[in-house]
Amino acid sequence: MTGKLYVRRKTSYSIFEVNILEADDKSLLKISKELGIGLNLKEMKRVQEYFRRKGRNPTDVELQTIGQTWSEHCFHKTFKGEIKFNGKLIDSLFKTYIRKATEKINPKWCFSVFEDNAGIVHFEDNYGIAIKVETHNHPSAIEPFGGAATGVGGVIRDILGVWADPIACMDVLGFGPLDYDYEKLPPGIKHPRYIFSGVVAGIGSYGNNMGIPTVNGAIYFDETYVGNVVVYCGCVGLLPLDKFRRNVKPDDIIVLAGGKTGRDGIHGVTFASAELTEKSEEVSRPAVQIANPIEEEKLKRAIIKIRDLKLASAITDLGGGGLSSAVGETAKRFDCGAIVELEKVPLKYPGLAPWEIYVSESQERMLLAVPPKNLKQVLEIFEEENSEATPIGKYTNDKILKIYYKGEKVAELDIPFLFEPPKVERTAHYKPMKFNEPNFPQPDNLNEVLLKILASPNVASKESIIRTYDHEVKGNTVLKPLQGEKAGPNDAAIIKPLDSSWKGIVLSCGMNPNYGKIDTYWMAASAIDEALRNNIAVGGRRITLLDNFTWGNPEKPERLGSLVRACEACYEFATAFKAPFISGKDSLYNESPLGPVTPTLLITALGIIPDVRLAVSMDVKAPGDIIYMVGETFKELGGSEYYRLKGLIGKSVPKVRVDQAVKTFRTLTKVIDLGLINACHDLSEGGLGVAIAEMAFTGGYGVELNLKEVPRKNLNRDDFILFSESNSRFLVEVSEKAREEFEKLMEGNVYAEIGKVTRENRLFIQGLNDKPVIDISLNDLLKSWKQTLSRGV
Amino acid sequence: MKRKEINVCVLRVGGTNCDAETKRSLQELGVNAEVVHVNKIVKQKNLLNYDALIFPGGFSYGDYVRAGAIWAKWIIAKLGEELKTFVREERPILGICNGFQVLVEAGLLPGFEGISIYPEAALATNFPIGYNCRWIHIKNENNGKCIFTRKISRGKVLRMPIAHSEGRFIFAKDKEEEYLKKLYENDQLVFRYCDANGEYAEGKYPINPNGSFHDIAGICNSSGTVFGLMPHPERAFYWWQQPDWTRRKRMHQYGDGKLIFESLIDYLTKKF
Repeated sequence: MTGKLYVRRKTSYSIFEVNILEADDKSLLKISKELGIGLNLKEMKRVQEYFRRKGRNPTDVELQTIGQTWSEHCFHKTFKGEIKFNGKLIDSLFKTYIRKATEKINPKWCFSVFEDNAGIVHFEDNYGIAIKVETHNHPSAIEPFGGAATGVGGVIRDILGVWADPIACMDVLGFGPLDYDYEKLPPGIKHPRYIFSGVVAGIGSYGNNMGIPTVNGAIYFDETYVGNVVVYCGCVGLLPLDKFRRNVKPDDIIVLAGGKTGRDGIHGVTFASAELTEKSEEVSRPAVQIANPIEEEKLKRAIIKIRDLKLASAITDLGGGGLSSAVGETAKRFDCGAIVELEKVPLKYPGLAPWEIYVSESQERMLLAVPPKNLKQVLEIFEEENSEATPIGKYTNDKILKIYYKGEKVAELDIPFLFEPPKVERTAHYKPMKFNEPNFPQPDNLNEVLLKILASPNVASKESIIRTYDHEVKGNTVLKPLQGEKAGPNDAAIIKPLDSSWKGIVLSCGMNPNYGKIDTYWMAASAIDEALRNNIAVGGRRITLLDNFTWGNPEKPERLGSLVRACEACYEFATAFKAPFISGKDSLYNESPLGPVTPTLLITALGIIPDVRLAVSMDVKAPGDIIYMVGETFKELGGSEYYRLKGLIGKSVPKVRVDQAVKTFRTLTKVIDLGLINACHDLSEGGLGVAIAEMAFTGGYGVELNLKEVPRKNLNRDDFILFSESNSRFLVEVSEKAREEFEKLMEGNVYAEIGKVTRENRLFIQGLNDKPVIDISLNDLLKSWKQTLSRGV
Repeated sequence: MKRKEINVCVLRVGGTNCDAETKRSLQELGVNAEVVHVNKIVKQKNLLNYDALIFPGGFSYGDYVRAGAIWAKWIIAKLGEELKTFVREERPILGICNGFQVLVEAGLLPGFEGISIYPEAALATNFPIGYNCRWIHIKNENNGKCIFTRKISRGKVLRMPIAHSEGRFIFAKDKEEEYLKKLYENDQLVFRYCDANGEYAEGKYPINPNGSFHDIAGICNSSGTVFGLMPHPERAFYWWQQPDWTRRKRMHQYGDGKLIFESLIDYLTKKF
């Protein structure tokens, strides 16, 4: 019956009217499917009702516009919807947990939260820092290089979209095991090694070409990432707050700038809001955009100049949903309507239907609102940079979106309608996992265990990848991702963005997907703790957080249940640590023929350091110095690297004891500010064993420890003390000279002297019975840590 | 010429991205430095108003085709005469990373006899292949011709970062020996990759980070006023840019990169 549903207008170009007025339920769903707009029956009925009121059928441009705007990707239906959970009704996860945490903390230093393309906090004088982290999982699964590169390009535009100059990138990635058996790969799923090399190359290519240093990140390997690669791309920008403009008035011109528009990136958001299937490659390949970083570099120069001259009244990026989202959201935000003339949009090649032009997600495009009197000057600035800019319409005072093509109206929609999709109602269900705590004797040879953990892909050196990212461009990277000649893993990166000030920004992250297999609540708590302690370890404070969720299909109650649990923890621990969320993003529907992604919450932390000269790196500095353990060790090995090595998960997931942690963090900042510590390293995957090994081989000095001295509770096994992953712990190096002052300040905290730095080139650890349990040369430790992901030269 | 009378032009084009920090290094030393888009120079025909010219790092035109190739051809077509004058009058030209690639592609380097019509060398794809961002050591091999290293004693080992995927300096295989001999004879060899103690890399990775022929990291032309190098002196300018500053109780205020800019300024103040 297709003939009846779609009627082509008698025009020289392709436009259809869709017979929605008479459509029954079945036809409504058919239309949604055939147009690829991904709306469900309830939503299609809302659309039908709207057009019945208007007394006419919609065009394909109109349906596509609605489909884009109402997609999970653009509207975040799940986070904004109603969720029935444990007999209570949650009205919006976002409002109830994420934004509420920020409201409760109510920090004065936040300039703009959850409002724009990126969150903005105050920095120094008139300067603010903008930050955003995006997910680009689905495109990267189909086309790893392009997917990852455009992920970076997209998040950089988010930063430009708040008038900020991008100064640093961060990237956190999740892949399947690189040695995954080819025989086990279902059709349509690419091998982790292929995805890995494509994604890493894509990220490097974009950031390097744009001249933005990639300074922080993480790479995590998990079986569930075989079918669902995880790609988080983050960007930080600097902006003078008095140049921040958002005051669109009717008659302001809509200027489309940057790259031309093509068929790449059609229906990216619909694609991102569905599960991956065997056919994804075939069906969704056009949803992946093509990257051209140099186009964006030119665009950036022009935008910064326009910002400095205050010539535009608003800016936003063209990302998911293309023009349809950018125009619609700007009009909505400023209570305007808009007129768009689609034939003015510069195209890569002829033949695009009007709806394709309107929803295309082609890269490197930004949308500016420009008061008519400034138009000429704005266009000149773009021209000077060899960047194309075209007026394509204007904002109006009637709250109606009107789209024309070659003089003919092809769409007319009320803006308020466009932003009131029916609320999603979902059911969530949570059932605690039934894992057991394993029972095995302590292995005789812990040397071997430590070397194996150092070599496990999640712990092993990522140097071969990090070096393919330019982390030094702009010359402002004070604390680098790789420390010193041995390239040890610094806990966070520090950037000194202003020539006139010693103040720095501190970037770190936390992610513990393995804990989520046991309980997503403690996974989220641990991720927050990890991001914070990484930041604090180098000297960061006044920390703000970003939340990025990668989850499975939220329409399945148990998936949603685990999401609710994680959100609850986000609220609890953000408020307890007084670290507000300022931006975030969710990527749901990460499911493939191999099953759902393991719930993966990335927490990114943005701190400041009042003087970068106070920064502390993780390498031991001088023989004779004392090593202290700060924080308490519990029998928390559930989800640990130690258990993973044995093929186990366990149950004893690390918890966060907030009161103690807050105190520890605060004291640590104090001792750093007084210059009392020479090195500091956080304990995470692999626990004490891994952390002290990293400190020793990076610094080039041996260390002697005694496990008896480690502050702990109910722990009486060497292996558990060495490899427990309890949160809120640090190893700290202090000189004999600073001992007294340090210990005085630490009073009231759980901490203990556990050993010292030596001139021997060995890591030597005594067990509970005073017998050596670890005795390995620094070279052997370093070799194990480096070989797994080495470049193979 | 006094420092504050010196005007240095830091050129840029779409894809240039190390212009700001290069300009900052010069300004810190008290000279005027301006980042100028080549479009503007072509329009205003004012290249010869500047005392020195710098091609900074980046990915000019995306380095599509070959690193530096497009910008090189473009600049020769649009500003060829001015560049010739610049070289003839011995006004300094510095190419850093992508800028070095441009100077080689444009025939300004090695420039055995002025500007060559075809490139006489190449900065080929790294071996091992891929982008590489790391701190390396280089040794000053120059006997005094290169005006960019006159404040650096011969044999001194410097530390700077590299960040590139096409930095393998090579000559055509059949010209290798002849050209290397020429570099030595004309005193055009400037920097070679070495270890912290000054031992040459002899091709060994990662001391020689890209597989460059004869461990070559930087060369100058036959008059010593055009100089290109793969390492980034502007990223080794301040003490806090260095990779090990957190290990040291005391640091010199500046890094080794400053010596190159100092030498340039010293030359300009004395000569003009």
